This record gives sequence, C-alpha cells and structure tokens, in this order.
Amino acid sequence: MQTSLLQLTGLVMERDLRLAIRHLDQVIQPLVFFVIIVTLFPLAISPVMEELRKIAPGVVWVAAMLSSLIALESLFRADVEDGTMEQWVLSGQPLSLLLFSKAVTHWMLAGLPLVITAPIVGTLVGIPLSVAPTLVAVLAIGTGSLSILGAIGAALTVSLRRGSALLALLVLPLEIPVLIFGARVVDLAIHGEPVTGPLNLLIAMLLLFLSLGPLAMAAAMKISVES
Amino acid sequence: MNLTTFFAMGGYGAYIWSCYGLTAAVLIFMAWRARSELKAEITRAQRRSVIAEQQP
Amino acid sequence: MSSHPDSRADSRADSTAESQAAAAPRTGTRWLWFHKLSSPPYAFRTSGKLRPWFLWPALILMAIGLYGGLVLAPADYQQKDAFRIIYVHVPAGILSLQVYIVMAIAAAVGLIWRIKLGHALAAAIAPIGAWLTVLCLATGSIYGKPMWGTWWEWEPRLTSELIMLFLYLGYMALRNSFDDVQRADRAADVLAIVGVVNVPIVKYSVEWWTSLHQGPTFSKLDAPSMAASMAWPWVLMMLAFMLYCAAVTCDRLRTEILKRERNASWLGEQLKELKP
Repeated sequence: MQTSLLQLTGLVMERDLRLAIRHLDQVIQPLVFFVIIVTLFPLAISPVMEELRKIAPGVVWVAAMLSSLIALESLFRADVEDGTMEQWVLSGQPLSLLLFSKAVTHWMLAGLPLVITAPIVGTLVGIPLSVAPTLVAVLAIGTGSLSILGAIGAALTVSLRRGSALLALLVLPLEIPVLIFGARVVDLAIHGEPVTGPLNLLIAMLLLFLSLGPLAMAAAMKISVES
Repeated sequence: MNLTTFFAMGGYGAYIWSCYGLTAAVLIFMAWRARSELKAEITRAQRRSVIAEQQP
Repeated sequence: MSSHPDSRADSRADSTAESQAAAAPRTGTRWLWFHKLSSPPYAFRTSGKLRPWFLWPALILMAIGLYGGLVLAPADYQQKDAFRIIYVHVPAGILSLQVYIVMAIAAAVGLIWRIKLGHALAAAIAPIGAWLTVLCLATGSIYGKPMWGTWWEWEPRLTSELIMLFLYLGYMALRNSFDDVQRADRAADVLAIVGVVNVPIVKYSVEWWTSLHQGPTFSKLDAPSMAASMAWPWVLMMLAFMLYCAAVTCDRLRTEILKRERNASWLGEQLKELKP
C-alpha cells in the first residue's frame, strides 16, 4: 500500500496524539513547569510589579525555553527504546518527514498550551493583558523554533545514558537568538511600540529551521539508532 | 627606557603581564599536551603491532 | 570487540584507496591529489613533516610581533599602555571563530563524503578552539578591568565568545559521550554543522542586542584607531597564532588518525621508524 506523504504525516501525528491523551499528566508537566519557573522570579527578586514588568519578557522566555527542554526528554526516547525508530529508519520512508511530524506533535502538546496560557501566566510578572495577542503570536513562532532545535538535540542524545544534561548544553546556546528577539518583541509590546522588526527576524529564523531542521534530525537519528 | 619602566607599563603592568603570561601558558600547554598525547598513542600503536606480529 | 571487523575492512579500504591512487593515471588524475591527501598514512606522514615548518616561523613571528607591540609601539593616547593586550586578545578571538569554521568544514567533509580524515581533523582542532575562546575571554576580562572598572561587560565580542565557548564545550561533551569513535564522529559532525549555521545568527543577534541598549557603535573592547606603528605587530601576532595553532594541529591530527586506524597495515612500517 502506497502511503502518500500527507497520509504518513497524519498517521504519525494521530498516533502520537492518541498516546499522549492516555498520559495526559505527562502532557501537563511542561505547562506546570512553565508556571513554576515564572513564579520563582518574583519570589527571588521582588514582589513589586513595576520592577517585575521590566524583566517580565525575559522571565517568560527563559521559562518557555526550560519547559520546552523538559518536554523534549520524552520526544524520541520511547520510540527508540521499543524499536519503533529502528523500523522507521529502515522503512524507506522519508525519515525527516516522520521526525518532523513528531516534532510538530511535540509542539502541539508542549508548546501550544504554553502559548495559550501565556497571557494569564504573564500577569504574574506584570505583563498587561493588552499585550496578549502579541505575546501569543511571538511565543507561537518562537516555541516552534525551540521545538525544532530541541528535536535536533534530542535526536543526537537519545541513545546516551543521562543525555538530558547534555541536551540542555547543546540546545540552549543555539536558542539564544530566539530568546533575544522574542524577549525584545514582548518588551516593545509592553511599551506600546511596533514589533515588526524583531518579529520578522523570528519568522525568518523559524522558516530557516523548518527547512533545514528535519534533515539534521534525520541525520542525527540514523546515527543514534544504529548499534 | 630601563627595565623597571618597561615592566611597569605605565601602571598597567599587572594586567598586561598577566594576559601575556596566560597566553604563554595556554599556548605552551596546548603544544605540550598534544605532543604527549601523540607519544602515548604512538606507544600504544607500537605495542599493538608487536602483539599482532607475534600472533600466528 | 567493536573495532575488529571494522578495521580489517578499513585496512582493505585504505590499501584499495592507495592502489586506486597509484592506478589513477589511467583513469584520470584530477582527483588523485585529493585521494592521496585524504589517505591516513599520507596525512600522518605529512603532518609530521609539516610541523616544524609551522612552529618555527610562528615563534619567530611571535618574537618580532611581541617586540613591536610591547617595545616599539607608542602608548595610546587614551588607553595608555593597556591597549597592548589586544595583541593577544584579538588574535585569540578571531582565531577561535576561524577554528570553529574549519571544524565545521572538516565535519561536513567527514559526514558527506565519508572521508575519515575529516572526522579526525574536526576532533583534533576542537580543543584548540575551546582554549582560544577561554584565552580571549580571560584576556578580555583583564583588559576590561582598567578600562571600565569591572571584570565583565556584556559587550558584543565577549558575549559572542562566551556563547562560542558553550558551543565548543557542547561539541566536545557530545563526542565524549559516545563510546564508539565512529558514532561519536558522525554525531559530532551533525552538531558542528548545525552549530556553524547558527553562529552568524548568534553573532548578529548579540550585536543587535547590545546596540539596542548601549548605542550602535558600542564596543568597549575596541582597539584604539591604530597608527601603522601599532598595527603591524598585530598582523604578525595574528599570523603567528595561526601558524602556531597549525603546528599544534599537526600533532593532534596524528593522534586522532592513530585512534581511528587501529589495525591498519600501513601502521606497521611507519611505526617502526618512529621514536616513542
């Protein structure tokens, strides 16, 4: 039976989503982590909203980056351990598409909840609700890039014991541009200024990672899976 | 210009000489480490080839 | 256990490569030099021979450059004598970036064309690049203290160098995490290529970020606009650093080649000639 590429993507995503629904607590974890990290900053620095508002863009983005890392642990591990990934590598189907579909599902489960709840969580650090549309948009774009970069790192480290610490070391430096431009967008939005400059840069980066990322993921996964 | 003025470097001596000292230390260490690793690897390879030759 | 069947196949492949290279005049010599260059025995021999040709010119240039920079060049009007630190700080910084690029190119050659020498070269120069980054950061910090009073400033070069250090450390950590050298090589190759694509993005974003908050021409570690008498020692030091690192690379490359050629037959003859 010849499966078209679109059907393939659909099958992968459907499977991952079904598996995730069975373990909804695992899906909630990154979101809870996100809220906890954001909460740590007022406790560590000051309860004064004016002061928090100044660092709010950074806090939200750092929290997003770290909770994305947490969710990446489980992106490929289960499939590699039970042999599914080996089947995929040998199957002759385009591995980059299969892995990209997994990354998209990961984003839907780990990134999207974050994006949707961000306006509410943002109020914890003084981000006004008027900024909500911009906040949601920029996080949606940025977490997409974070998921792709993270998936490349996850593919490289999936076969290693204690790969999670290494994953952070590999992925966080690469995500710094997303952090810089994303935080700037939120900061500009809070001050009511136009955000098109850095936002366009974020979109350009996402497009770049979308085009090259899956290739890197596939190359990395082939290396990790061979014994 | 005498030696003391040279070393003082207009008051910045400590900074300048610590930088150059660090540079020298790093460069020398890199070269020394590379050499000693190479020697160790060569010895290991020579031992392996001796063992290989001795085997029927 | 893992290396045995592999390396017998390797030694067959190498001898085929060499006999192919020898037979090439019949089939076309255009790629002969490349195959010859990339054969491990040739690379091993040649790096050994080249090393003194890199090392001694490096030391001589360094001596002249140091004399020019420390003795001959006049003190800067604003920075007084402290500016002399740039003669080591800037070459280290520029070279640390160049080494990363060479590492990524070697990684690409190793990954795409499966030339083992590519893997060996990438593995060989990574620690050199990392040390240069550390040196640039340390000298930059020491340079900064008398200039602006603090041991650290978030200015473009220092920030980029810090991120470069993380990239180098990540590369070396990934390499060390794999037990099998061949898997380590290929995984590290992918990381190096992903990294090098990101380096311009990171550098651009860091410069953008500093310019936002501190003005477009902000760079606290800018060398003073240089008169010729200040500039020529810098050029010599830059060349000297490059040649010196090339000399160290020769040794490192030979070590990495040996690590990947455990049972190759060519080792036998060459090794007998070597003193341990």
